Amino acid sequence: MGWSWRNGSNRGSVVASDSRVALEISALHKSFSGHLGIGRRKAVEGLDLTIRCGEIFGLLGPNGAGKTTTIKMILGLLRPDAGEIRIFGLPHAGREARARIGYLPENPYFYEYLTAREFLDFYARLQGIPARDRRDLITRTLDRVGLSERADTALRKFSKGMTQRLGLAQAIQHEPDLVIFDEPMSGLDPLGRREVRDLILGLRDAGKTVFFSSHILQDAEMICDRVAILQSGTLRSVGGLKEMISNRVRWFEVTVRGDLPAGVDAGSPAGREDEHLLRVADVEALRELLDRLHRSGGQVLSVWPRRETLEDLFMERVGAAVPREDGHG
Amino acid sequence: MGERHPGGFSTILAIGLNTFREAIRDRVLYLLLVFALIIIGVSRLLSLLTVGDEEKIIKDVGLSAIAIFGVMTAVFVGVSLVFKEIERRTVYTLLAQPVQRSEFLVGKFVGLFSVLLLNLLLMSGALFVLLAFRGESPWPLLPALLLIAVELAVVTAFALLFSSLTNPVLSSLWTFAVYVAGHLSWSLLMFREKLPEGAARWICDGLYWLLPNFKRLDLKAQVVHGLPLPDGYVAFAAIYGLGYGVVIVALACWAFSRKEFL
Repeated sequence: MGWSWRNGSNRGSVVASDSRVALEISALHKSFSGHLGIGRRKAVEGLDLTIRCGEIFGLLGPNGAGKTTTIKMILGLLRPDAGEIRIFGLPHAGREARARIGYLPENPYFYEYLTAREFLDFYARLQGIPARDRRDLITRTLDRVGLSERADTALRKFSKGMTQRLGLAQAIQHEPDLVIFDEPMSGLDPLGRREVRDLILGLRDAGKTVFFSSHILQDAEMICDRVAILQSGTLRSVGGLKEMISNRVRWFEVTVRGDLPAGVDAGSPAGREDEHLLRVADVEALRELLDRLHRSGGQVLSVWPRRETLEDLFMERVGAAVPREDGHG
Repeated sequence: MGERHPGGFSTILAIGLNTFREAIRDRVLYLLLVFALIIIGVSRLLSLLTVGDEEKIIKDVGLSAIAIFGVMTAVFVGVSLVFKEIERRTVYTLLAQPVQRSEFLVGKFVGLFSVLLLNLLLMSGALFVLLAFRGESPWPLLPALLLIAVELAVVTAFALLFSSLTNPVLSSLWTFAVYVAGHLSWSLLMFREKLPEGAARWICDGLYWLLPNFKRLDLKAQVVHGLPLPDGYVAFAAIYGLGYGVVIVALACWAFSRKEFL
Protein backbone atom coordinates (compact mmCIF):
# COMPACT_ATOMS: atom_id res chain seq x y z
CA MET A 1 0.00 0.00 0.00
CA GLY A 2 1.31 3.43 -0.78
CA TRP A 3 -0.42 6.66 0.01
CA SER A 4 -0.61 9.13 -2.75
CA TRP A 5 -1.48 12.75 -2.91
CA ARG A 6 0.60 13.69 -5.89
CA ASN A 7 -1.16 15.71 -8.47
CA GLY A 8 1.05 16.99 -11.24
CA SER A 9 -1.60 19.23 -12.74
CA ASN A 10 -1.37 21.63 -9.80
CA ARG A 11 2.37 21.94 -9.90
CA GLY A 12 2.31 25.15 -11.94
CA SER A 13 0.31 26.98 -9.32
CA VAL A 14 2.94 26.12 -6.71
CA VAL A 15 5.58 28.05 -8.56
CA ALA A 16 3.21 30.95 -9.16
CA SER A 17 2.24 31.10 -5.49
CA ASP A 18 5.74 30.83 -4.02
CA SER A 19 5.87 34.48 -3.14
CA ARG A 20 2.67 34.29 -1.12
CA VAL A 21 2.59 33.75 2.62
CA ALA A 22 0.52 30.87 4.02
CA LEU A 23 1.09 31.47 7.71
CA GLU A 24 2.49 34.49 9.46
CA ILE A 25 3.24 34.52 13.16
CA SER A 26 4.54 37.71 14.71
CA ALA A 27 5.71 38.48 18.23
CA LEU A 28 3.74 35.58 19.68
CA HIS A 29 3.78 35.15 23.45
CA LYS A 30 2.09 32.61 25.66
CA SER A 31 2.52 31.78 29.33
CA PHE A 32 0.67 29.51 31.73
CA SER A 33 0.15 29.84 35.44
CA GLY A 34 2.66 27.86 37.47
CA HIS A 35 2.11 25.11 40.01
CA LEU A 36 -0.79 25.91 42.40
CA GLY A 37 -1.33 29.09 40.41
CA ILE A 38 1.92 30.64 41.64
CA GLY A 39 3.98 32.53 39.08
CA ARG A 40 3.89 32.19 35.29
CA ARG A 41 5.65 29.67 33.09
CA LYS A 42 6.61 31.04 29.69
CA ALA A 43 5.73 28.58 26.92
CA VAL A 44 6.32 30.73 23.83
CA GLU A 45 8.28 33.96 23.84
CA GLY A 46 8.33 36.45 21.00
CA LEU A 47 7.97 33.91 18.19
CA ASP A 48 8.18 35.24 14.63
CA LEU A 49 7.68 32.84 11.73
CA THR A 50 6.69 33.18 8.11
CA ILE A 51 5.64 30.08 6.21
CA ARG A 52 5.56 30.51 2.46
CA CYS A 53 2.95 28.94 0.22
CA GLY A 54 3.90 25.57 -1.19
CA GLU A 55 6.70 24.71 1.23
CA ILE A 56 7.16 21.98 3.80
CA PHE A 57 8.09 23.62 7.06
CA GLY A 58 9.27 21.67 10.10
CA LEU A 59 8.97 23.06 13.61
CA LEU A 60 11.59 21.21 15.62
CA GLY A 61 12.55 21.20 19.25
CA PRO A 62 12.96 19.06 22.35
CA ASN A 63 10.17 18.24 24.83
CA GLY A 64 8.44 21.30 26.20
CA ALA A 65 9.95 23.60 23.56
CA GLY A 66 6.54 25.12 22.81
CA LYS A 67 5.76 23.35 19.52
CA THR A 68 2.30 22.06 20.45
CA THR A 69 1.45 25.32 22.23
CA THR A 70 2.31 27.21 19.04
CA ILE A 71 0.12 24.90 16.93
CA LYS A 72 -2.77 25.21 19.39
CA MET A 73 -2.54 29.00 19.18
CA ILE A 74 -2.57 28.83 15.37
CA LEU A 75 -5.77 26.77 15.58
CA GLY A 76 -7.40 29.01 18.19
CA LEU A 77 -7.43 26.31 20.88
CA LEU A 78 -5.26 28.56 23.04
CA ARG A 79 -5.36 32.36 23.17
CA PRO A 80 -2.01 34.13 22.73
CA ASP A 81 -1.04 36.57 25.49
CA ALA A 82 0.30 38.84 22.75
CA GLY A 83 1.18 38.71 19.09
CA GLU A 84 -0.61 38.05 15.85
CA ILE A 85 -1.29 35.03 13.67
CA ARG A 86 -2.56 35.31 10.11
CA ILE A 87 -3.44 32.46 7.78
CA PHE A 88 -3.33 33.48 4.10
CA GLY A 89 -3.57 37.04 5.36
CA LEU A 90 -6.78 36.31 7.28
CA PRO A 91 -7.33 36.42 11.06
CA HIS A 92 -6.44 32.90 12.22
CA ALA A 93 -9.50 32.26 14.37
CA GLY A 94 -12.00 33.22 11.67
CA ARG A 95 -14.14 30.75 9.78
CA GLU A 96 -12.63 31.70 6.42
CA ALA A 97 -9.09 30.95 7.57
CA ARG A 98 -10.06 27.67 9.21
CA ALA A 99 -11.87 26.50 6.09
CA ARG A 100 -8.45 26.56 4.42
CA ILE A 101 -6.55 24.45 6.95
CA GLY A 102 -6.38 20.77 7.78
CA TYR A 103 -5.10 19.59 11.15
CA LEU A 104 -3.95 16.35 12.69
CA PRO A 105 -3.17 16.37 16.42
CA GLU A 106 -0.51 14.24 18.07
CA ASN A 107 -1.77 10.74 18.99
CA PRO A 108 -5.25 11.41 17.64
CA TYR A 109 -8.33 9.79 19.10
CA PHE A 110 -11.67 9.87 17.36
CA TYR A 111 -15.30 8.97 18.06
CA GLU A 112 -15.15 5.22 18.63
CA TYR A 113 -18.89 4.79 18.08
CA LEU A 114 -18.63 5.94 14.45
CA THR A 115 -17.47 3.98 11.43
CA ALA A 116 -14.66 5.40 9.28
CA ARG A 117 -17.19 6.51 6.65
CA GLU A 118 -19.51 8.15 9.20
CA PHE A 119 -16.53 9.92 10.76
CA LEU A 120 -15.33 11.40 7.46
CA ASP A 121 -18.89 12.31 6.53
CA PHE A 122 -19.22 14.24 9.80
CA TYR A 123 -16.06 16.24 9.11
CA ALA A 124 -17.03 16.81 5.47
CA ARG A 125 -20.35 18.25 6.71
CA LEU A 126 -18.48 20.57 9.05
CA GLN A 127 -16.48 21.75 6.05
CA GLY A 128 -19.75 22.59 4.31
CA ILE A 129 -19.18 20.06 1.51
CA PRO A 130 -22.51 19.46 -0.25
CA ALA A 131 -24.19 16.05 0.18
CA ARG A 132 -23.87 15.27 -3.55
CA ASP A 133 -20.06 15.48 -3.33
CA ARG A 134 -19.53 13.81 0.01
CA ARG A 135 -19.98 10.14 -0.88
CA ASP A 136 -17.46 10.13 -3.73
CA LEU A 137 -15.04 12.32 -1.80
CA ILE A 138 -15.06 9.97 1.20
CA THR A 139 -14.57 6.89 -0.97
CA ARG A 140 -11.61 8.57 -2.69
CA THR A 141 -10.09 9.74 0.59
CA LEU A 142 -10.39 6.32 2.23
CA ASP A 143 -8.71 4.84 -0.83
CA ARG A 144 -5.88 7.39 -0.64
CA VAL A 145 -5.01 6.47 2.94
CA GLY A 146 -5.48 2.74 2.35
CA LEU A 147 -8.60 2.31 4.48
CA SER A 148 -11.13 1.39 1.77
CA GLU A 149 -11.55 -2.09 3.21
CA ARG A 150 -12.30 -0.63 6.64
CA ALA A 151 -14.84 1.98 5.53
CA ASP A 152 -17.65 0.46 7.58
CA THR A 153 -15.60 -0.69 10.57
CA ALA A 154 -16.28 1.02 13.90
CA LEU A 155 -13.32 3.14 15.02
CA ARG A 156 -13.15 1.29 18.33
CA LYS A 157 -11.69 -1.62 16.34
CA PHE A 158 -8.99 0.53 14.71
CA SER A 159 -5.30 0.08 15.55
CA LYS A 160 -3.11 3.08 16.33
CA GLY A 161 -1.70 3.12 12.80
CA MET A 162 -5.18 2.97 11.25
CA THR A 163 -6.40 5.78 13.53
CA GLN A 164 -3.42 7.86 12.41
CA ARG A 165 -4.31 7.24 8.75
CA LEU A 166 -7.91 8.21 9.39
CA GLY A 167 -6.68 11.33 11.16
CA LEU A 168 -4.65 12.21 8.09
CA ALA A 169 -7.70 11.52 5.94
CA GLN A 170 -9.85 14.02 7.87
CA ALA A 171 -7.04 16.56 7.71
CA ILE A 172 -6.74 16.45 3.92
CA GLN A 173 -10.11 15.35 2.55
CA HIS A 174 -11.40 18.91 2.03
CA GLU A 175 -8.18 19.74 0.15
CA PRO A 176 -6.95 22.45 2.49
CA ASP A 177 -4.29 24.88 1.31
CA LEU A 178 -2.40 24.66 4.60
CA VAL A 179 -1.98 21.37 6.43
CA ILE A 180 -0.83 21.39 10.05
CA PHE A 181 0.43 18.16 11.60
CA ASP A 182 1.50 17.84 15.22
CA GLU A 183 4.09 15.05 15.46
CA PRO A 184 2.64 13.11 12.51
CA MET A 185 5.26 10.34 12.73
CA SER A 186 4.99 9.86 16.47
CA GLY A 187 4.43 6.24 17.45
CA LEU A 188 4.47 4.91 13.88
CA ASP A 189 6.64 2.05 12.68
CA PRO A 190 9.30 2.73 9.99
CA LEU A 191 6.90 1.80 7.18
CA GLY A 192 4.18 4.06 8.57
CA ARG A 193 6.67 6.92 8.88
CA ARG A 194 7.74 6.50 5.29
CA GLU A 195 4.11 6.57 4.19
CA VAL A 196 3.52 9.80 6.12
CA ARG A 197 6.65 11.30 4.55
CA ASP A 198 5.41 10.32 1.09
CA LEU A 199 2.02 11.81 1.85
CA ILE A 200 3.56 15.11 2.95
CA LEU A 201 5.72 15.25 -0.19
CA GLY A 202 2.62 14.44 -2.25
CA LEU A 203 0.74 17.30 -0.60
CA ARG A 204 3.50 19.71 -1.54
CA ASP A 205 3.46 18.41 -5.11
CA ALA A 206 -0.27 19.11 -5.17
CA GLY A 207 0.47 22.73 -4.26
CA LYS A 208 -0.33 22.54 -0.54
CA THR A 209 1.67 24.08 2.29
CA VAL A 210 2.65 21.72 5.08
CA PHE A 211 3.57 22.88 8.58
CA PHE A 212 4.48 20.15 11.02
CA SER A 213 6.15 19.70 14.35
CA SER A 214 8.50 16.82 14.97
CA HIS A 215 11.15 15.57 17.28
CA ILE A 216 12.32 12.99 14.72
CA LEU A 217 15.07 14.91 13.00
CA GLN A 218 15.86 12.29 10.36
CA ASP A 219 12.29 12.54 9.03
CA ALA A 220 12.37 16.32 9.03
CA GLU A 221 15.70 16.33 7.24
CA MET A 222 14.34 14.10 4.50
CA ILE A 223 11.34 16.21 3.57
CA CYS A 224 11.54 19.79 4.88
CA ASP A 225 12.27 22.78 2.71
CA ARG A 226 12.79 24.93 5.77
CA VAL A 227 12.92 24.30 9.49
CA ALA A 228 12.74 26.29 12.70
CA ILE A 229 14.37 25.11 15.90
CA LEU A 230 12.53 26.06 19.04
CA GLN A 231 13.83 25.73 22.55
CA SER A 232 12.12 26.86 25.76
CA GLY A 233 9.62 28.80 23.69
CA THR A 234 12.31 30.80 21.90
CA LEU A 235 13.29 30.54 18.27
CA ARG A 236 16.90 29.34 18.05
CA SER A 237 17.27 29.01 14.32
CA VAL A 238 15.18 29.26 11.16
CA GLY A 239 16.00 28.84 7.53
CA GLY A 240 16.31 26.62 4.50
CA LEU A 241 17.69 23.20 5.23
CA LYS A 242 20.16 23.48 2.37
CA GLU A 243 21.61 26.73 3.71
CA MET A 244 21.59 25.61 7.33
CA ILE A 245 23.33 22.30 6.81
CA SER A 246 26.50 22.41 4.78
CA ASN A 247 27.29 19.31 2.82
CA ARG A 248 30.84 19.17 4.21
CA VAL A 249 32.24 15.92 5.49
CA ARG A 250 32.83 16.09 9.24
CA TRP A 251 34.87 12.88 9.37
CA PHE A 252 35.23 9.45 7.73
CA GLU A 253 34.37 6.15 9.31
CA VAL A 254 36.52 3.29 7.99
CA THR A 255 35.80 -0.37 8.72
CA VAL A 256 38.91 -2.53 8.53
CA ARG A 257 39.48 -6.32 8.81
CA GLY A 258 42.80 -7.82 9.86
CA ASP A 259 45.89 -6.49 11.62
CA LEU A 260 46.31 -2.76 11.81
CA PRO A 261 49.64 -1.11 10.88
CA ALA A 262 51.75 0.02 13.81
CA GLY A 263 50.81 3.39 15.22
CA VAL A 264 47.17 3.27 14.07
CA ASP A 265 44.68 3.54 16.91
CA ALA A 266 42.61 0.32 17.11
CA GLY A 267 39.37 2.32 17.18
CA SER A 268 36.24 0.54 18.31
CA PRO A 269 35.27 -3.08 17.57
CA ALA A 270 33.02 -3.41 14.50
CA GLY A 271 30.99 -6.58 14.49
CA ARG A 272 33.51 -9.46 14.29
CA GLU A 273 36.51 -9.77 16.56
CA ASP A 274 39.05 -8.97 13.81
CA GLU A 275 37.13 -5.94 12.50
CA HIS A 276 37.77 -2.35 13.60
CA LEU A 277 35.88 0.90 13.12
CA LEU A 278 38.33 3.78 12.67
CA ARG A 279 37.51 7.47 12.68
CA VAL A 280 39.55 9.65 10.33
CA ALA A 281 39.48 13.43 10.44
CA ASP A 282 39.92 14.42 6.78
CA VAL A 283 40.76 13.32 3.22
CA GLU A 284 44.56 13.60 3.78
CA ALA A 285 44.43 11.38 6.84
CA LEU A 286 42.15 8.97 4.97
CA ARG A 287 44.60 8.69 2.06
CA GLU A 288 47.48 8.06 4.45
CA LEU A 289 45.51 5.38 6.33
CA LEU A 290 44.50 3.60 3.13
CA ASP A 291 48.15 3.59 1.94
CA ARG A 292 49.37 2.09 5.18
CA LEU A 293 46.59 -0.49 5.21
CA HIS A 294 47.47 -1.42 1.63
CA ARG A 295 51.10 -1.98 2.64
CA SER A 296 50.27 -3.93 5.80
CA GLY A 297 47.76 -6.17 4.03
CA GLY A 298 44.74 -4.94 6.00
CA GLN A 299 41.40 -5.27 4.27
CA VAL A 300 39.19 -2.16 3.95
CA LEU A 301 35.54 -3.16 4.22
CA SER A 302 33.91 0.27 4.01
CA VAL A 303 34.59 4.00 3.98
CA TRP A 304 31.69 6.19 5.07
CA PRO A 305 31.88 9.98 4.86
CA ARG A 306 29.97 11.38 7.84
CA ARG A 307 28.36 14.59 6.59
CA GLU A 308 26.79 17.33 8.68
CA THR A 309 23.20 16.53 9.59
CA LEU A 310 20.27 18.33 11.09
CA GLU A 311 21.07 16.49 14.29
CA ASP A 312 24.47 18.22 14.45
CA LEU A 313 22.84 21.57 13.89
CA PHE A 314 20.21 20.77 16.48
CA MET A 315 22.88 19.78 19.03
CA GLU A 316 24.76 22.98 18.32
CA ARG A 317 21.72 25.26 18.66
CA VAL A 318 19.85 23.52 21.43
CA GLY A 319 22.85 22.17 23.25
CA ALA A 320 20.80 19.34 24.69
CA ALA A 321 20.55 15.63 24.20
CA VAL A 322 18.84 15.04 20.90
CA PRO A 323 15.57 13.20 21.35
CA ARG A 324 15.51 9.87 19.57
CA GLU A 325 12.63 8.25 17.74
CA ASP A 326 11.18 6.77 20.89
CA GLY A 327 11.15 10.18 22.52
CA HIS A 328 8.36 12.67 22.64
CA GLY A 329 8.24 16.22 21.26
CA MET B 1 -15.50 19.63 -5.31
CA GLY B 2 -18.49 21.97 -5.41
CA GLU B 3 -18.74 25.24 -3.55
CA ARG B 4 -18.51 24.92 0.19
CA HIS B 5 -20.61 26.76 2.74
CA PRO B 6 -19.38 25.84 6.19
CA GLY B 7 -20.96 27.07 9.40
CA GLY B 8 -24.39 28.03 10.62
CA PHE B 9 -27.39 25.77 10.78
CA SER B 10 -25.83 22.85 8.85
CA THR B 11 -22.88 22.78 11.26
CA ILE B 12 -25.22 22.74 14.27
CA LEU B 13 -27.22 19.93 12.68
CA ALA B 14 -24.06 17.91 11.89
CA ILE B 15 -22.83 18.22 15.49
CA GLY B 16 -26.36 17.50 16.74
CA LEU B 17 -26.55 14.35 14.61
CA ASN B 18 -23.16 13.19 15.87
CA THR B 19 -24.21 13.83 19.48
CA PHE B 20 -27.47 11.97 18.86
CA ARG B 21 -25.49 9.01 17.48
CA GLU B 22 -23.16 9.06 20.46
CA ALA B 23 -26.02 9.16 22.96
CA ILE B 24 -28.12 6.43 21.34
CA ARG B 25 -25.05 4.18 21.22
CA ASP B 26 -24.53 4.74 24.97
CA ARG B 27 -25.64 1.83 27.17
CA VAL B 28 -26.56 4.12 30.06
CA LEU B 29 -29.41 5.49 27.97
CA TYR B 30 -30.95 2.05 27.45
CA LEU B 31 -30.49 1.14 31.07
CA LEU B 32 -32.44 4.21 32.16
CA LEU B 33 -35.05 3.80 29.45
CA VAL B 34 -35.72 0.15 30.27
CA PHE B 35 -35.93 0.96 33.96
CA ALA B 36 -38.44 3.77 33.26
CA LEU B 37 -40.55 1.49 31.06
CA ILE B 38 -40.58 -1.13 33.82
CA ILE B 39 -41.75 1.46 36.36
CA ILE B 40 -44.54 2.61 33.98
CA GLY B 41 -45.45 -1.05 33.47
CA VAL B 42 -45.63 -1.85 37.17
CA SER B 43 -47.60 1.30 37.98
CA ARG B 44 -50.63 -0.92 37.34
CA LEU B 45 -49.44 -3.22 40.14
CA LEU B 46 -48.88 -0.24 42.42
CA SER B 47 -52.43 0.88 41.77
CA LEU B 48 -53.68 -2.50 42.96
CA LEU B 49 -51.78 -2.17 46.21
CA THR B 50 -52.92 1.35 46.95
CA VAL B 51 -56.21 2.75 48.07
CA GLY B 52 -57.58 5.23 45.54
CA ASP B 53 -58.44 5.70 41.93
CA GLU B 54 -56.39 3.20 39.91
CA GLU B 55 -56.21 5.36 36.77
CA LYS B 56 -54.99 8.37 38.74
CA ILE B 57 -52.22 6.32 40.33
CA ILE B 58 -51.14 4.94 36.98
CA LYS B 59 -51.06 8.47 35.50
CA ASP B 60 -49.25 9.92 38.50
CA VAL B 61 -46.60 7.21 38.68
CA GLY B 62 -46.19 7.19 34.89
CA LEU B 63 -45.72 10.95 34.59
CA SER B 64 -43.35 11.03 37.56
CA ALA B 65 -41.26 8.20 36.07
CA ILE B 66 -41.12 10.02 32.72
CA ALA B 67 -39.99 13.26 34.38
CA ILE B 68 -37.42 11.70 36.71
CA PHE B 69 -35.87 9.33 34.18
CA GLY B 70 -35.78 12.11 31.61
CA VAL B 71 -33.84 14.29 34.03
CA MET B 72 -31.53 11.40 34.94
CA THR B 73 -30.78 10.83 31.26
CA ALA B 74 -30.14 14.54 30.73
CA VAL B 75 -27.71 14.56 33.64
CA PHE B 76 -25.87 11.26 33.13
CA VAL B 77 -25.61 11.40 29.36
CA GLY B 78 -25.53 15.21 29.11
CA VAL B 79 -22.73 16.15 31.47
CA SER B 80 -20.26 13.72 29.93
CA LEU B 81 -20.87 14.85 26.35
CA VAL B 82 -18.75 18.00 26.35
CA PHE B 83 -16.27 16.69 28.89
CA LYS B 84 -15.56 13.55 26.85
CA GLU B 85 -14.82 15.66 23.77
CA ILE B 86 -12.26 17.65 25.75
CA GLU B 87 -10.76 14.75 27.66
CA ARG B 88 -10.33 12.60 24.54
CA ARG B 89 -9.21 15.65 22.55
CA THR B 90 -11.72 15.06 19.78
CA VAL B 91 -12.65 18.71 20.29
CA TYR B 92 -9.23 19.73 18.93
CA THR B 93 -9.88 18.54 15.40
CA LEU B 94 -13.51 19.59 15.62
CA LEU B 95 -12.75 23.20 16.57
CA ALA B 96 -9.97 23.33 13.95
CA GLN B 97 -12.78 23.05 11.37
CA PRO B 98 -14.71 26.18 10.34
CA VAL B 99 -16.90 25.75 13.43
CA GLN B 100 -17.62 28.46 16.00
CA ARG B 101 -17.51 27.32 19.60
CA SER B 102 -21.11 28.45 20.08
CA GLU B 103 -22.17 26.25 17.13
CA PHE B 104 -20.43 23.32 18.78
CA LEU B 105 -22.29 23.84 22.04
CA VAL B 106 -25.68 24.51 20.46
CA GLY B 107 -25.13 21.40 18.30
CA LYS B 108 -24.48 19.39 21.46
CA PHE B 109 -27.69 20.79 22.95
CA VAL B 110 -29.72 19.94 19.85
CA GLY B 111 -28.35 16.38 19.77
CA LEU B 112 -28.93 15.66 23.43
CA PHE B 113 -32.36 17.27 23.49
CA SER B 114 -33.38 15.19 20.44
CA VAL B 115 -32.42 12.04 22.35
CA LEU B 116 -34.41 13.21 25.36
CA LEU B 117 -37.44 13.94 23.17
CA LEU B 118 -37.19 10.48 21.62
CA ASN B 119 -36.97 9.02 25.12
CA LEU B 120 -39.96 11.07 26.18
CA LEU B 121 -41.95 9.85 23.17
CA LEU B 122 -41.15 6.21 23.92
CA MET B 123 -42.03 6.52 27.61
CA SER B 124 -45.21 8.49 26.86
CA GLY B 125 -46.13 5.91 24.23
CA ALA B 126 -45.85 3.15 26.85
CA LEU B 127 -48.04 5.11 29.27
CA PHE B 128 -50.59 5.91 26.55
CA VAL B 129 -50.84 2.22 25.58
CA LEU B 130 -51.34 1.25 29.22
CA LEU B 131 -54.12 3.80 29.63
CA ALA B 132 -55.71 2.95 26.27
CA PHE B 133 -55.97 -0.71 27.35
CA ARG B 134 -57.98 0.44 30.34
CA GLY B 135 -60.27 2.47 28.12
CA GLU B 136 -58.92 5.73 29.49
CA SER B 137 -58.16 8.71 27.24
CA PRO B 138 -54.46 9.61 27.49
CA TRP B 139 -54.78 13.00 25.76
CA PRO B 140 -55.41 15.11 28.89
CA LEU B 141 -51.82 14.24 29.89
CA LEU B 142 -50.39 16.15 26.92
CA PRO B 143 -49.94 19.58 28.60
CA ALA B 144 -47.99 17.95 31.44
CA LEU B 145 -45.80 16.04 28.97
CA LEU B 146 -45.16 19.19 26.96
CA LEU B 147 -43.95 21.03 30.05
CA ILE B 148 -41.82 18.02 31.08
CA ALA B 149 -40.10 18.44 27.69
CA VAL B 150 -39.54 22.14 28.47
CA GLU B 151 -38.16 21.22 31.89
CA LEU B 152 -35.77 18.76 30.23
CA ALA B 153 -34.59 21.53 27.89
CA VAL B 154 -33.70 23.70 30.91
CA VAL B 155 -31.96 20.81 32.69
CA THR B 156 -30.01 19.99 29.50
CA ALA B 157 -28.91 23.62 29.25
CA PHE B 158 -27.60 23.49 32.84
CA ALA B 159 -25.85 20.16 32.17
CA LEU B 160 -24.06 21.79 29.21
CA LEU B 161 -23.17 24.90 31.21
CA PHE B 162 -21.65 22.92 34.06
CA SER B 163 -19.89 20.43 31.81
CA SER B 164 -18.23 23.35 30.00
CA LEU B 165 -16.88 24.52 33.33
CA THR B 166 -16.01 21.43 35.34
CA ASN B 167 -15.68 17.63 35.44
CA PRO B 168 -18.60 15.18 35.05
CA VAL B 169 -18.95 14.37 38.77
CA LEU B 170 -19.25 18.01 39.79
CA SER B 171 -21.38 18.78 36.74
CA SER B 172 -23.84 16.03 37.71
CA LEU B 173 -24.00 17.25 41.29
CA TRP B 174 -24.52 20.88 40.24
CA THR B 175 -27.17 19.97 37.67
CA PHE B 176 -29.06 17.84 40.18
CA ALA B 177 -28.73 20.62 42.75
CA VAL B 178 -30.26 23.11 40.32
CA TYR B 179 -33.05 20.62 39.49
CA VAL B 180 -33.94 20.14 43.16
CA ALA B 181 -33.55 23.85 43.96
CA GLY B 182 -35.72 24.67 40.95
CA HIS B 183 -38.51 22.49 42.31
CA LEU B 184 -38.25 24.11 45.73
CA SER B 185 -37.64 27.70 44.66
CA TRP B 186 -41.33 28.58 45.28
CA SER B 187 -40.71 27.94 48.99
CA LEU B 188 -38.27 30.87 49.02
CA LEU B 189 -41.30 33.18 48.76
CA MET B 190 -42.77 31.66 51.92
CA PHE B 191 -39.39 31.79 53.62
CA ARG B 192 -38.89 35.50 52.80
CA GLU B 193 -42.06 36.40 54.72
CA LYS B 194 -40.41 35.09 57.88
CA LEU B 195 -37.27 37.17 57.35
CA PRO B 196 -36.74 40.71 58.66
CA GLU B 197 -36.70 43.58 56.14
CA GLY B 198 -33.28 44.15 54.56
CA ALA B 199 -30.45 42.21 52.99
CA ALA B 200 -31.76 38.74 53.88
CA ARG B 201 -35.00 39.43 51.99
CA TRP B 202 -33.14 40.83 49.01
CA ILE B 203 -30.99 37.70 48.86
CA CYS B 204 -34.11 35.57 49.11
CA ASP B 205 -35.78 37.56 46.31
CA GLY B 206 -32.61 37.40 44.21
CA LEU B 207 -32.39 33.63 44.56
CA TYR B 208 -36.06 33.24 43.74
CA TRP B 209 -35.69 35.16 40.49
CA LEU B 210 -32.34 33.59 39.63
CA LEU B 211 -33.25 29.94 40.09
CA PRO B 212 -35.50 28.23 37.58
CA ASN B 213 -39.04 27.77 38.85
CA PHE B 214 -39.75 24.17 37.88
CA LYS B 215 -42.97 24.24 39.91
CA ARG B 216 -44.46 26.32 37.08
CA LEU B 217 -43.61 23.54 34.66
CA ASP B 218 -45.11 20.79 36.83
CA LEU B 219 -48.69 20.05 35.77
CA LYS B 220 -48.83 16.47 36.98
CA ALA B 221 -51.32 17.10 39.79
CA GLN B 222 -53.56 19.21 37.53
CA VAL B 223 -53.79 16.69 34.69
CA VAL B 224 -54.09 13.65 36.95
CA HIS B 225 -56.92 15.16 38.97
CA GLY B 226 -58.46 17.01 36.04
CA LEU B 227 -58.11 20.43 37.68
CA PRO B 228 -58.75 23.48 35.48
CA LEU B 229 -55.81 25.55 34.23
CA PRO B 230 -55.87 29.33 33.68
CA ASP B 231 -56.16 30.37 30.02
CA GLY B 232 -52.81 30.42 28.24
CA TYR B 233 -50.99 28.88 31.22
CA VAL B 234 -49.22 26.18 29.23
CA ALA B 235 -48.06 28.63 26.56
CA PHE B 236 -46.73 31.12 29.12
CA ALA B 237 -45.02 28.41 31.15
CA ALA B 238 -43.42 27.01 27.97
CA ILE B 239 -42.20 30.47 26.93
CA TYR B 240 -40.81 31.05 30.43
CA GLY B 241 -38.96 27.68 30.42
CA LEU B 242 -37.63 27.99 26.91
CA GLY B 243 -36.53 31.60 27.53
CA TYR B 244 -34.72 30.46 30.66
CA GLY B 245 -33.08 27.63 28.68
CA VAL B 246 -31.91 30.03 25.96
CA VAL B 247 -30.25 32.26 28.57
CA ILE B 248 -28.45 29.29 30.13
CA VAL B 249 -27.28 28.00 26.72
CA ALA B 250 -26.01 31.52 25.94
CA LEU B 251 -24.12 31.51 29.26
CA ALA B 252 -22.67 28.07 28.43
CA CYS B 253 -21.54 29.39 25.01
CA TRP B 254 -19.87 32.36 26.67
CA ALA B 255 -18.09 30.12 29.21
CA PHE B 256 -17.02 27.71 26.47
CA SER B 257 -15.75 30.50 24.21
CA ARG B 258 -13.31 31.56 26.95
CA LYS B 259 -12.02 28.04 27.51
CA GLU B 260 -8.40 27.21 26.71
CA PHE B 261 -7.52 23.69 25.62
CA LEU B 262 -4.23 22.88 27.31
